[in-house]
Amino acid sequence: MLLDDFFIRALIVGIGIAIIAGPFGCFVVWKRLSYFGETLAHSSLLGVALGYIFSINISVTVFMISSIVAILLFLLNEKTELASDSLLGLLSHSSLSIGLLVVGYLSYIRFDMMGLLFGDILAVTKIDILIVLVCGGLFIFILSIIWKSLLAGTVNRDIASSENMSPRRSELIYMILLSGIIAISIKIIGILLITGLLIIPAAMARNISNSPIQMILLSIIVGVISVVGGLFTSLTFNTASGPSILVIALILFILSLTPLKRLISGINN
Amino acid sequence: MVKEHNKILLELKDAGVNRSNRWLIRNITLSVSEGEILTIIGPNGSGKSTTAKIALGILKPDAGSAILHTNKIAYVPQNLAIDWTLPLRVIDFMRLTNKMTFQEIAEALDMTGVAALINKNLRNLSGGEFQRVLLARAIVTKPDLLILDEPVQGVDFTGEIALYDLINQVSSELNCGTILISHDLHFVMSTTDNVICLNGHICCSGTPKTIVQSKEFIDLFGASAAQTLSPYEHDHDHSH
Repeated sequence: MLLDDFFIRALIVGIGIAIIAGPFGCFVVWKRLSYFGETLAHSSLLGVALGYIFSINISVTVFMISSIVAILLFLLNEKTELASDSLLGLLSHSSLSIGLLVVGYLSYIRFDMMGLLFGDILAVTKIDILIVLVCGGLFIFILSIIWKSLLAGTVNRDIASSENMSPRRSELIYMILLSGIIAISIKIIGILLITGLLIIPAAMARNISNSPIQMILLSIIVGVISVVGGLFTSLTFNTASGPSILVIALILFILSLTPLKRLISGINN
Repeated sequence: MVKEHNKILLELKDAGVNRSNRWLIRNITLSVSEGEILTIIGPNGSGKSTTAKIALGILKPDAGSAILHTNKIAYVPQNLAIDWTLPLRVIDFMRLTNKMTFQEIAEALDMTGVAALINKNLRNLSGGEFQRVLLARAIVTKPDLLILDEPVQGVDFTGEIALYDLINQVSSELNCGTILISHDLHFVMSTTDNVICLNGHICCSGTPKTIVQSKEFIDLFGASAAQTLSPYEHDHDHSH
């Protein structure tokens, strides 16, 4: 069967993740949440460890742990006087430390640490495909429901809340969905590099787009090209999948700063 | 202009906001009805924007009450800084909180004189154009209550006059209640129905003519302000 080929499985999961990462990555850029993405990713090590302890699919435990971190951050932001970057640093490094302690305790299990940190296309299973397609579809569906109020709140929270929208609620939902994306993309891109997959395609798209929707579509395209190119590179040169994907994305970003930009903005105007 | 039996849209009763044991504003009582323009003036830090935020329901008053009798509100905030990581055209911005058709959006932009900018990126607008787009966005839904916080900032002298005229015209065409927040007194006086002078509390209130003669107004803004204002009636016979 087609899905028996590990590389086909990786391609399907990777393309799925790139499509999901497009719109969510744009909001990471617009809302300046890149460090938030890092924090969620760091906390996911604890989720991975818990997954091994209780023999649950790690996507589930990672999603639980990073959602808890997202909600904690949301609440702490309302309650304390600390700036949000300090809060992020606090949550990020303390959850990473707890994760490392638990992993160290689990010495009887052989961890593929490199795979966790940088992604491992060999490890993608059929269950992973199912999780990515079902969860990804659900995440995009929920995002499309909160889209208007999330975007309005991104532009100006006061306008959004005075004109009958609930920007705070959409923001919380968005943060939880972002935890979900991190949970399902660990195997492809790895804990350390997930934020890159969210940000680099969106940053590239920003250089050449003129409206929010256009930027989202472009970052999906860039993400898909990066994933496909990265996975082929990974297969051909036996490199880790995560870094290979991001290097392709980086090359596209650099291209967007060159004459290509003028060409496309010429079409726009 | 005498307004009769118009529906009251917003009522603040003894409203106050307390932050860190300090009252930012206190004992604010005001109401706005359909077709009425209420101007709030006051020095920096007098609580004008805070008052607007209570009126909008963004802040809950820590004392007193704020009752809105409509949910069709539109808001032009002070200092709207759009992050340029977000590419936003005028038309995207116009649809930010509503689902208006292209036709309706074009009409609103036309009303504020910036219809030609509909596909321009917000980043490329001048200060005056941007304020007109902000106003157009606020009126596109034909709101019952319009709250404008310093809507002419960054606009040059003649542009200011034109914008105040525009606000006046819009509010009478839509027959909406308008709260206009301003720190520059001149043009406001000729267009507004009622004025509230704010300095943490309401110093004085009334029609523009009575207010410039009140002792509290002169204390707050100085005698010269009152003198320059009292003879000023906006004259439409000359062109700007």
